[in-house]
Amino acid sequence: MLNNHPKLKELKFTASRIFKDPSAIIGFSLIAVFIVIAIGAPYFAPPKWESRPYIMPHKGFSRMPEPPSKEHILGTTSGQYDIYYGIIWGTRTAFRVGLVVVGFSLVIGVAVGTIAGYFGGIVDEIIMRLVDVVLALPYLVLVMAFIVALGKGLDNVILAIAVIQWRNYARVMRASILTLRDLDYVHASKLMGISHLKIMLTHIIPNGIFPVLVIGFMDIGSIVITASFLSFLGLGAPLGYADWGQMVAMARDHIIGPPGNPMQYWHAILIPGGVMILFVLAWNLIGDALRDAFDPKVRRT
Amino acid sequence: MQKLLELKNLVKHYPIRGGIFRRQVNSVKAVDGIDLDIYKGECLGLVGESGCGKTTVSKTIVRLHDPTSGEIHFHKQNGSETVVTDISRISHNALKKSKIRGKLQMVFQDPTTSMDPRMLIKNVIAEPIKGLEKTSSRELESRIIELLNLVGLSKYHLLRYPHEFSGGQRQRIAVARAIATKPDFIVLDEPTSALDVSVQAQILNLLKKLQEEFNLTYLFVTHHLLVVKYISTRIAVMYLGKIVESAPTDRLFERPVHPYTNALLSGIPVPNVNYTPRPIILSGDVPSPIDPPPGCRFSTRCPFVKERCSAEIPKLKEIEPGHSVACHLASETEKLIADKYGSR
Amino acid sequence: MAKVIEIKDVNTNFYTYEGIIKALDSVSLTIDHGSTFGLVGESGCGKSVTARSIMRIVQEPGKIESGKILFYPDPNKNGEGVDLLQKPESYMRDLRGDKISMIFQEPNSALNPIFTIGFQISESLLFHRKKELCQSVVDDLGKTGNGLFIPLSALLKKIYEIGARNPEALLLGLFSRIPILKRWDRLLKKKALNRSIELIDDLGIPNPQEVVKLYPHNLSGGMKQRVVIAIALACHPVLLIADEATSNLDVTIQAQILNLLKELKKKEISSVLLITHDLGVVAHTCDRVGVMYAGQLCEVADVRDIFENPRHPYTSALLGSVPKLLQKKTLQSIEGNVPNLVNPPEGCRFHPRCQYKTDICSEKAPPMEEVGTNHSVACYHHLSG
Repeated sequence: MLNNHPKLKELKFTASRIFKDPSAIIGFSLIAVFIVIAIGAPYFAPPKWESRPYIMPHKGFSRMPEPPSKEHILGTTSGQYDIYYGIIWGTRTAFRVGLVVVGFSLVIGVAVGTIAGYFGGIVDEIIMRLVDVVLALPYLVLVMAFIVALGKGLDNVILAIAVIQWRNYARVMRASILTLRDLDYVHASKLMGISHLKIMLTHIIPNGIFPVLVIGFMDIGSIVITASFLSFLGLGAPLGYADWGQMVAMARDHIIGPPGNPMQYWHAILIPGGVMILFVLAWNLIGDALRDAFDPKVRRT
Repeated sequence: MQKLLELKNLVKHYPIRGGIFRRQVNSVKAVDGIDLDIYKGECLGLVGESGCGKTTVSKTIVRLHDPTSGEIHFHKQNGSETVVTDISRISHNALKKSKIRGKLQMVFQDPTTSMDPRMLIKNVIAEPIKGLEKTSSRELESRIIELLNLVGLSKYHLLRYPHEFSGGQRQRIAVARAIATKPDFIVLDEPTSALDVSVQAQILNLLKKLQEEFNLTYLFVTHHLLVVKYISTRIAVMYLGKIVESAPTDRLFERPVHPYTNALLSGIPVPNVNYTPRPIILSGDVPSPIDPPPGCRFSTRCPFVKERCSAEIPKLKEIEPGHSVACHLASETEKLIADKYGSR
Repeated sequence: MAKVIEIKDVNTNFYTYEGIIKALDSVSLTIDHGSTFGLVGESGCGKSVTARSIMRIVQEPGKIESGKILFYPDPNKNGEGVDLLQKPESYMRDLRGDKISMIFQEPNSALNPIFTIGFQISESLLFHRKKELCQSVVDDLGKTGNGLFIPLSALLKKIYEIGARNPEALLLGLFSRIPILKRWDRLLKKKALNRSIELIDDLGIPNPQEVVKLYPHNLSGGMKQRVVIAIALACHPVLLIADEATSNLDVTIQAQILNLLKELKKKEISSVLLITHDLGVVAHTCDRVGVMYAGQLCEVADVRDIFENPRHPYTSALLGSVPKLLQKKTLQSIEGNVPNLVNPPEGCRFHPRCQYKTDICSEKAPPMEEVGTNHSVACYHHLSG
């Protein structure tokens, strides 16, 4: 009985559509690997201090990165922080930043956009002008201002990005609501005396959320980059925190090695940078695949 | 006959805003003062060309749109007495509390957009019942199956999505949803124009059957005159936001009075090779409802236009019991048409 | 009568991801010169695909699989027809809008919103009738007192003479690339615009001089449809295909357009293929009618026979399900639904809904049989006359 439930069939159908796309398979497998790494971090890289697993252990304070060795599989970066350990625990940081920011700003954006689009008129006008104001402000400057005001730290980075990120989702959500709110099934629900809130929750949001979700998925990657950039500037995670951005920042003086051996410190910059690129790429591929799968034009009719 | 709904000078203008301060610069006069009585148990056909305001009228009656002015009186049977409520102004909550909301329902034109594509048929039909009254889930299920049976579907269709059905079946589901709240009055907004010819007959017959079974009152909005002739007992013809003629169906088809009605009826493509149509070809197009012509709305296309027509708006006058016409020349149109186009 | 087009066993499939849709299943029909052929059927029965197959503009993922589409452009020489399916795409490009043209259902999407009406009509003329237009410009220049500086006039005459001989001449193409000389075709365009004005004047559009300067959004639906008809008629086609040309219009406008088509039929157009689902329109405009169901042709006959003496059960049921002017009885309805063409019923595609079906109906598709004068039916149990 459960096997034949139409909701399950629909899910299977959508899943089969998604997994026909090779780029989706690559994207999902990459993310699966990252998830395994994040979950299994204590096994892959047992922390030195149980209470503070996110602080990368380091032996010595030499500013010169060490090449991969038996002890440090991927070598060390400036300050003798273990790159392998940083990559493993940094995955958790990346997921935390990406998912929390996108989740938080999606909730705000979807709510604001739905209310503006559904009610229209003066409500729409006020909300969207507010969004315009937020949009007019330069993104990074605003984020940095927030962090300066709130204080340094990863949690504040997350908060600062989320407070600004929702503006994009609000606009996209509103646009997709505008086409939905005049559809006959919404009218029909009104005729049944169903409250606005319920109409929004049952008919409007489930049907209009997909474009926003797709953008949200793609943004998870780029937000990790933004957070990394802030770490790079020294506004994000505290020194020694397992964060890919910070690891790149640590290696910034060693992008090119000494004369005669320019590739000497390649591992210090390429490994954290490469992992970051893979992470962003994975989310973009997933976003692309979802866009194709949710495109109403290719849905069965 | 007992009245169910009375429209009194109903007006619906859609504002057009412009300029920096979004002031109202003009308005689309979609419905511009119509008076119409709808009697219990009848099927009133509302006929007109696209843009004449027929859909706006129907959506305003069920309060999907709020009227700009005018009144809508709803006669609700409360035991043996009839309570008359003006529903044109009251809030949607009050409408729901006074139990009128469920009495006015609508079936939409396009069966592909009238149902949430992510909802199972079960939930589509359950929605109106759950919205208005509390029922146990078992009771609900049996109600839904009963409704599905009424429209010629079965319980095997419960757990399916709308896209798994054909257009005709979807329209049946839409009808089931509309009668779920035990309504008195249903607006049928072109319910068959998106359907195939062979399926159209099925839906029309279903609607007729349900009307008899539940003593429903219909407002059948359409541009298809043969369909409206088949199903309606009375017809009102609209042109550019006004009603120009209303009469019982047979009478209207036998002796149309208004020149517009004449043109409309003469232009029907009748599926019969022995019938020679002699269409009255009107020149020009329907004027924009943003600036309707002064006086009679039809004066710009009327073949018999007089000076008076473009100066004075003709009132809807009853020329015979049940037959009303809004035309200054109502008494002579028959002769004028016979002279110009030959007798019909 | 001489044939204008003959379709023989055409199969057209659409390759969708749900499966292969067999949109046309061995459709054969013949349209005569000077006649109006009505193709009726419900949505999805393949009537539009038939028209698109003739024009070879079946959209992706559709493909014409097999069959022959023979085109006989000249009514007096009834020799071998041209098989349009064997011809290269360039041949079809020249043919479309010239010998065969088509009017679509939606005038809004048939007209390009960013060009003027005049430009869009003359575009067709410039594409198909360049040679003729050049010649008439030459004739005009030959007359004295054309208001041009004499040496210039002589030069232009020389250029247009080249155009009249070969409109694709290399020299002209070269001219079009040189800044000052590229305006050589000004007179040509002017000529085409004048032709366009004449054309829409013939179609009863008031103020044609003004209308050619307007954009599509300035016109009403009925006017737009007239312009679309004008474009289709610009080159005096041998066959005009009207795909639901009046379905989206209002009753009074539809009456205008149908009247116009009838008038044009008398003097301008040789033959018309009218595709519609409205049996009323068919009854009053067509000479012959073909009824289609689910990708198959069921019945072809003269219009009077179809309406008074339908032989296919589907035709008869279809007629019964349309409300009449004097409808007193309950409408007859056809039970069931139009089948999905991915898995059409075996044999006769109508048999699941047919009240006369027997075993053979579900086994083998019935062949087209002649059952009366000019009356063929594809049914094992066709109704007696």
